[in-house]
Amino acid sequence: MSSGSGFGDEKGGSSSVGEPEYGHDPASGGIFSSDYKRHDDLKEMLDSNKDSLKLEAMKRIVAMIARGKNASDLFPAVVKNVACKNIEVKKLVYVYLVRYAEEQQDLALLSISTFQRGLKDPNQLIRASALRVLSSIRVTIIVPIMMLAIKEAASDMSPYVRKTAAHAIPKLYSLDPEQKDQLIEVIEKLLADKTTLVAGSVVMAFEEVCPERIDLIHKNYRKLCNLLIDVEEWGQVVIINMLTRYARTQFLNPNVNESLLEESGEKAFYGSDDEEGKEEKAEAAALAKRKPYVMDPDHRLLLRNTKPLLQSRNAAVVMAVAQLYFHLAPKAEVGVIAKALVRLMRSHSEVQYVVLQNVATMTIKRRGMFEPYLKSFYIRSTDPTQIKILKLEVLTNLANETNISTILREFQTYIKSMDKDFVAATIQAIGRCATNIGEVRDTCLNGLVQLLSNRDELVVAESVVVIKKLLQMQPEQHSDIIKHMAKLTDNIQVPMARASILWLIGEYCEHVPKIAPDVLRKMAKTFTNEEDIVKLQIINLAAKLYLTNSKQTKLLTQYVLNLAKYDQNYDIRDRARFIRQLIVPTDKSGALSKYAKKLFLALKPAPVLESPFKDRDHFQLGSLSHLLNAKAGGYQELPDWPETAPDPSVRNVEVKDSVPEWTKCSSREKRKEKKVEKPFYSDSEEESGPTESADSGNQSNQCWLSFHVLSKQNYTRVFLTRICCLIKQSLLSGAEEKNRAQKVKGRRSGSESESEEEEESESESSRSESESESESESDTDAKKKKKAPVTKPPPKQAKKESKKEKKEMSLLDLDDLIYRSFKILPSVTLHSFPQLSRLHLLKSPLLTTSCPTIAPSGSVKTYELLHRITGEGLGVEYCFSRQPFSPDAHMVAVQIMFTNNTNAETKNLHVEDPKLQSGMRIKEFPEIELLPPGEMVTVVMGIDFCDSTQAANFQLCTHIRKFFVSIQPPVGELMMPVFMTENEFKKEQGQLMGMNEISEKLTLGEKCQNEHGIVQRVTSAANVSRVPCGSDKECRFAGKTVSSGILVLVTVATKEERAAQLTVNCEKMVIGTMLVKDILQALTQ
Amino acid sequence: MIHSLFLVNSSGDIFLEKHWKSVVSRSVCDYFFEAQERASEPENVPPVIPTPHHYLISVLRHRIYFVAVIQSEVPPLFVIEFLHRVVDTFQDYFGLCTEAAIKDNVVVVYELLEEMLDNGFPLATESNILKELIKPPTILRTVVNTITGSTNVGEQLPTGQLSVVPWRRTGVKYTNNEAYFDVVEEIDAIIDKSGSTITAEIQGVIDACVKLTGMPDLTLSFMNPRLLDDVSFHPCVRFKRWEAERILSFIPPDGNFRLLSYHVSSQNLVAIPVYVKHNITFREGSSQGRFELTLGPKQTMGKAVESVLVSSQLPRGVLNANLNASQGTYTFDPVTKLLTWDVGKINPQKLPSLKGSMSLQAGASKPDENPTIIIQFKIQQMAISGLKVNRLDMYGEKYKPFKGIKYMTKAGKFQTGMQRPHVSCVKA
Repeated sequence: MSSGSGFGDEKGGSSSVGEPEYGHDPASGGIFSSDYKRHDDLKEMLDSNKDSLKLEAMKRIVAMIARGKNASDLFPAVVKNVACKNIEVKKLVYVYLVRYAEEQQDLALLSISTFQRGLKDPNQLIRASALRVLSSIRVTIIVPIMMLAIKEAASDMSPYVRKTAAHAIPKLYSLDPEQKDQLIEVIEKLLADKTTLVAGSVVMAFEEVCPERIDLIHKNYRKLCNLLIDVEEWGQVVIINMLTRYARTQFLNPNVNESLLEESGEKAFYGSDDEEGKEEKAEAAALAKRKPYVMDPDHRLLLRNTKPLLQSRNAAVVMAVAQLYFHLAPKAEVGVIAKALVRLMRSHSEVQYVVLQNVATMTIKRRGMFEPYLKSFYIRSTDPTQIKILKLEVLTNLANETNISTILREFQTYIKSMDKDFVAATIQAIGRCATNIGEVRDTCLNGLVQLLSNRDELVVAESVVVIKKLLQMQPEQHSDIIKHMAKLTDNIQVPMARASILWLIGEYCEHVPKIAPDVLRKMAKTFTNEEDIVKLQIINLAAKLYLTNSKQTKLLTQYVLNLAKYDQNYDIRDRARFIRQLIVPTDKSGALSKYAKKLFLALKPAPVLESPFKDRDHFQLGSLSHLLNAKAGGYQELPDWPETAPDPSVRNVEVKDSVPEWTKCSSREKRKEKKVEKPFYSDSEEESGPTESADSGNQSNQCWLSFHVLSKQNYTRVFLTRICCLIKQSLLSGAEEKNRAQKVKGRRSGSESESEEEEESESESSRSESESESESESDTDAKKKKKAPVTKPPPKQAKKESKKEKKEMSLLDLDDLIYRSFKILPSVTLHSFPQLSRLHLLKSPLLTTSCPTIAPSGSVKTYELLHRITGEGLGVEYCFSRQPFSPDAHMVAVQIMFTNNTNAETKNLHVEDPKLQSGMRIKEFPEIELLPPGEMVTVVMGIDFCDSTQAANFQLCTHIRKFFVSIQPPVGELMMPVFMTENEFKKEQGQLMGMNEISEKLTLGEKCQNEHGIVQRVTSAANVSRVPCGSDKECRFAGKTVSSGILVLVTVATKEERAAQLTVNCEKMVIGTMLVKDILQALTQ
Repeated sequence: MIHSLFLVNSSGDIFLEKHWKSVVSRSVCDYFFEAQERASEPENVPPVIPTPHHYLISVLRHRIYFVAVIQSEVPPLFVIEFLHRVVDTFQDYFGLCTEAAIKDNVVVVYELLEEMLDNGFPLATESNILKELIKPPTILRTVVNTITGSTNVGEQLPTGQLSVVPWRRTGVKYTNNEAYFDVVEEIDAIIDKSGSTITAEIQGVIDACVKLTGMPDLTLSFMNPRLLDDVSFHPCVRFKRWEAERILSFIPPDGNFRLLSYHVSSQNLVAIPVYVKHNITFREGSSQGRFELTLGPKQTMGKAVESVLVSSQLPRGVLNANLNASQGTYTFDPVTKLLTWDVGKINPQKLPSLKGSMSLQAGASKPDENPTIIIQFKIQQMAISGLKVNRLDMYGEKYKPFKGIKYMTKAGKFQTGMQRPHVSCVKA
């Protein structure tokens, strides 16, 4: 019952789509005759509980897909098995799913939850494969889920999962290009990755998503160069191609001094010696003026690190390095690539074809490079024609005075070949050699004339065409040849050759005055039977003869023109009419006929026989565009060298002592698997991860363990949140689901009620703290804001009530797990509070000056929501007031200030049509009915950002206009302060080790060297509160995210001088990383 | 990168398709068929064909066209190299890469293709990794699978993908530990009728079959490493060590693999192990021609030249050949005019020869007297370049492996017979 055996019967049937093919398949056993029933059979097998039956069914289905048969109606039956235990069934289901998900979007969603679960699996390979399939499902509705998954996977501790994330980026981008900005962030992050596994894939993503963002490469340039040799071969190709482009924008042309030489050298090549000498002098003068070229060490690094890859077994890698050298290396060094390229010529004929195309282009610019390998381009009788012709091209390009005799001897043997296309190409090649190398012109011409007596008409015809071109260069000396060719008209039938002969005779009729009229006479006889191009040349010949020798040919010309007048081809008719007017003087004919002779017998420039590969090198070599000599979609132009080099210091990277935690983990893991690793391949030890890991083994072992402890909890939580998003989209809506949610709600409200009050008092005090601190900063900008009227937040009472409402609303966003894990916190805060404030009083003098107003304090930054010009007089600004948003504690309060700068009243200001990422919610401010001119009003709205820094987009409407606006929160505003004791802090921190801990070394900025400065900076960057601490070397802060209440712990440990270490513990790594970045910036400024 | 793949057989049927992004209709192959019709020979189909919306990049192996569909800029060699890697993998898995083999194993093929590319970008192309993911079908396994219902797909996850030596699978175990190396050299040569060498190059490879337990670290050194100046390596070879000491140091993949290939270029002196003397004459106006061909050994260092096969494309005017072979058998195909002579082993005492007459088409003009002659041969226990392995050592494991090295020289593209005219002929 092998599924493949059906193939034999299927032969030929493949072209007709929709043909009822199933009857042929022996698998159907001939019992079921119609499609309908046949599918029932498969469905039954898929529904059975025997894995072997399922597998059999899936194999048959995959065989159908392979043949291009439609199997989409089995979708529901197949998707059910997505969670099947049997690995092979599962894999085949994945194959099916990826193939048909695009067509069956709704049903495909049923499988998403399985992959989401897979994303949380402790096994990295399962995580990776889940991400791989999830991102391959082309269903637009899951774009946000994919985005989240990619972001999370990008910070996964396993490099393999990160690699998969890099692969997923272009998939998402092609599905929804609007995600570009976010994807670039992920790319930026992954570009900083230090493992070889990730490097190739992320550069591939970079090339597909944002190849123009060359600035992202600066910091990673040296690392990429150093890692290159250890990256897998496919990644190497992509990286090398990208670095070629990068280098062209960042470094100076190493041949800048030679480019002059080169140009003149080429010109002078066939010229006389003393001419060359003169030019050399001129160059020398030009050279003297230039300052000496010094190669950027980074440029050198690239050349040095790519060179060994010329010995890769992969032809694509060799070609990539070759093009890099061709485009970037100093002329003297390019030679090394020739040997490698010649080696590739021994490979499969397709490889040869591509390599030869590139060699052909290179030989035009850098002939010397391939001259030693001339013999490797000799043609074998067994080569396919297309290879022969390319080799011929290369040989022609390589020809010069010294080797021309050997090359011509080779060409002579080629003419005897049985392959006629090849022979024709050889004759043309001889012609090109003759025009290029003056010394052999006569030799070639004679050789070609000999060919005129060849038995093969094609050879003769091709020779005629080539001879015609050669003769144009010096016609006087060759009237014999022209006579000889005139005789050929009797025998030769190939139209192009006949036309060429006629043209020659016409053009040089003065050299052969006796023969020419006779030829015209013969041609006039056969005129009607000739091909069109020949007819045109006959008319041409007639016209020219009429002008030079009208006595003898007048009648003949008239006759020919009359014949042409009634020809079927309108081109010929037109030509005849035109020529008649021009040459035969009549009364009507205008001034032109006087100039007829000048027109027809003007000296024509000799044709230039050029290589078709000339100037192809403006395309990046090795590219598809170069091969086709036409720009392919997505081709990135190879930029010209810059005049002056951009600042090289952009590539400087601070040397960091600590590597991010996950790097340690991953390398540790590798070490476990392989002990021989250390001396492995990475001869460039500067930056590679594995070597660094050697001393951090112990530590990473710890975090590896703690990760395991934590992972389960975290994953379930995130997973549930995701599920909820899905529920919202009412895709899995069903009574069962609702019930479950109800239960969740019940449990949670119970556990929460007792802790409500504490929570509020916490947030209250934290607010006053941060405000008072920021007071001293007295930013002028902020003061302006203060004058603005401010609406006070609703009193506590109202808040409490509304909180209950909120619980109904936000049911789906949270689950009891979060609450269970954080229940402990509030209960302790009460005790810690007095202690905390006391400590604060002692340590920070700022707290003594309390500030009673609830105005946005100095540190609160305002952002522009709508500029008054774009808003047509309505200016809108917003700030994060850091006050709890009373109607819903999971929302971030955003204070919005409207200013009416017009002379008219603005009415009915309200929010409309919010466009939010899934899970995000918005609580609009009450409509402002009237805003008088010149007035200002402030309102508060709440946004649940779902703990992400994605922007909330909505429309701001007045009674006349609508404005699209968006609010994007800095990560620090997504949290609220939490109070805890030192011990609790330590305990919590202990639980958030491993991948949840991110730490960075930093040098404190000038203004924040004391503790006060640090506290101020941190609290202004993030809405966190200070945690008491016994040591004066450390400042600790705690907060939790507003939306899901995840704990965020910040530690700043100061060391000697201005050095310090910043540590953030947060189980949401995205938040953690972004927060580190923000605080780092605040502290170092 | 690679959008889709179509497999086309010699009669122009698409018998397999696979898509890595959204589905591309198979009608895109019509452009390919057009190009195929235009080309006189199957190998003359251009490897890259532009169509209005896509680009088709194809390779021809085992009379199957592997046509990849590309949508945007990508280095063509990247795709071509990958397609060849696919064919190599199929060959590795099914023994042969024929249409029948692919159809019989369509599910395995599909699973392989799924693993090899992700979104059109190569993911796992190392044979060791693939074999961990998907076990190659054997007759025994097929039988066992049908009885027990177990699968071809590896149960354990491919840890190799995560390791620093992705080419070697982990947990390898053998009772007999052995490592064999074959040094195989092919001579490509064009030889003049008079016997002088126009061009000759050597293409050498070292193929290995390594079945060693655990994680062995091997070093291989040569007596005359200077011969190897143009080399390409398997990724397992430590490049810096080679640069510094001219020693091959590597952790081998498990099973068969190509350790390195090298090229001894035409600039070096290459010994030619056989010579051909031939004399083909046609008389003007006569319908008979004479044919004489003798083979002999030359520079073989006493080793026997075996499996010799001579073939030549005789001129079109030849109707039939009536020849007498001193050893072996000859055939002449009057339609294609191809003469082949299976000589076998050359005995230096009694040189093989092929003599006789040819009948010509009546009235035809005198054919060309210098047809190309292509020769194939093998010489065991000799590498014509003189390359010799010095020693093979193993580190990292305790056991003593069994080691073996074999040399062989073969004819690659070895052609002779064409007369090179003197330059003066051209001048005349």
